[in-house]
Amino acid sequence: MDTLILGLPVAYYIAMVAKVLVAFVFVLLTVAYATYAERKIIGHMQVRLGPMRTGWHGLLQPIADGVKLFFKEEIVPSQASKFAFLVAPLVALIPAFISFAVIPFGDNITIGGYTVPLQIAAYYDQAGKQVFDVNVGVLYILAMASLGVYGIVLAGWASNSKYSLLGGLRSAAQMISYELAAGLAIISVFMLSESLSLHKIVADQAGGAWYAFKQPLAFVIFFICSLAEINRTPFDLPEAETELVSGFCTEYSSMKYAMFFMAEYANMITVCAVTTTLFLGGWHGPAFLPGWFWFIAKVYFLIFLCMWIRATYPRYRYDQLMRLGWKVFLPLTLVNVMATGFWVMFISK
Amino acid sequence: MIMPLIKGLQITISHMFKKPVTLQYPTERPDVKPGFRGLHTLNVSHDKAKCVACYLCPTVCPAKCITVEAGEDQNHDKYAAKYEIDMLRCIFCGYCVEACPVDAIRMTEQFELANYSRADFTYTKERLLEKK
Repeated sequence: MDTLILGLPVAYYIAMVAKVLVAFVFVLLTVAYATYAERKIIGHMQVRLGPMRTGWHGLLQPIADGVKLFFKEEIVPSQASKFAFLVAPLVALIPAFISFAVIPFGDNITIGGYTVPLQIAAYYDQAGKQVFDVNVGVLYILAMASLGVYGIVLAGWASNSKYSLLGGLRSAAQMISYELAAGLAIISVFMLSESLSLHKIVADQAGGAWYAFKQPLAFVIFFICSLAEINRTPFDLPEAETELVSGFCTEYSSMKYAMFFMAEYANMITVCAVTTTLFLGGWHGPAFLPGWFWFIAKVYFLIFLCMWIRATYPRYRYDQLMRLGWKVFLPLTLVNVMATGFWVMFISK
Repeated sequence: MIMPLIKGLQITISHMFKKPVTLQYPTERPDVKPGFRGLHTLNVSHDKAKCVACYLCPTVCPAKCITVEAGEDQNHDKYAAKYEIDMLRCIFCGYCVEACPVDAIRMTEQFELANYSRADFTYTKERLLEKK
């Protein structure tokens, strides 16, 4: 136990690998079953049943879909830019998963006298009894969230198809418009927390002092902007079926299409996890159940909310989307930041 | 602006708890209502088809899918020597049933008419005869 590798105990590395594996497998499973849940929930909201045949109540549907996509033919358009075409799905998928590195998904747990914080990129100082995590966690998440759009733009451009290109361009424009408002909404959170570390932000919200109550406007705007950033209904313009066939993934097939699909759902889970962490108190909840349970429950509730929204609202028109982003959300968040700053400077002190 | 959005969400969530209208078809059978116009059948009376080959049904048929050829039996009565319906052309309008003066043709509740070859869709007199 006392052997040190690069100044850290062996247990640190074991715990790190275990955390990465558990979180990754859990997110992958959630991605798979989010597709199933979406089909079931929207089905029932439309007074249908959803998948029923594969397994009991269609429970094996995600596996069947995965196997089907795996065995489909790989098609690369003859005029496509091959390398970019092959790389684009990975560029879309990886940022969706690595955002999870900084999200705290539970309280510290102690195994055999060694305390592990349930946050992948974090270290618990056993002597100082203190958690150190990435001190620019929020910035890291914002950076990864905006990286994801490169995959979509690259896919749109590399496909050498008009529909794909339009889908990619729309996605880029949408991302830029909504990233600003989302960023400003987050600013008002860490004006209160005075830290960019997600561990500190979650710790500040202990005992039900959620930032969703202190910053309701920022919470609502951040959630809506997140929906726009991950291209979900009512902002799924990059893949608007009615006018763009399937947008940026029109020319994709087989596993490359599956990667975009996974990226989309992984993004949804990430965004829900970030919203939970920033606004809904992270893993804090009544003490009779462990922290990770509350974290998962809150994330799943938000995922359900995304699906509920998808089942309810029609898609925005492109000019409406831009107007909403630039003329409504941006001024509102700016006012919110001003008001928060005023409150922090003159009233709370 | 906010209230209509919330109302929309209320409507979708209320629908989630309604009984789905989906019929799990091959395992659950649909409740076929009386008067349903399915596969034709030729009625039988005294061990032979009622049809007297009057040609009213091929005349009225808008899809021209019925072929009738008249014949003469031992009692010198007119009967349908050949009675064929091409189910690929039939539009299931039921005019043949309405036109028939002797109640020789009717429509059943049978709606699963899939077959493997085109020839199988030509329903001959033997296949149409009422099964007893």
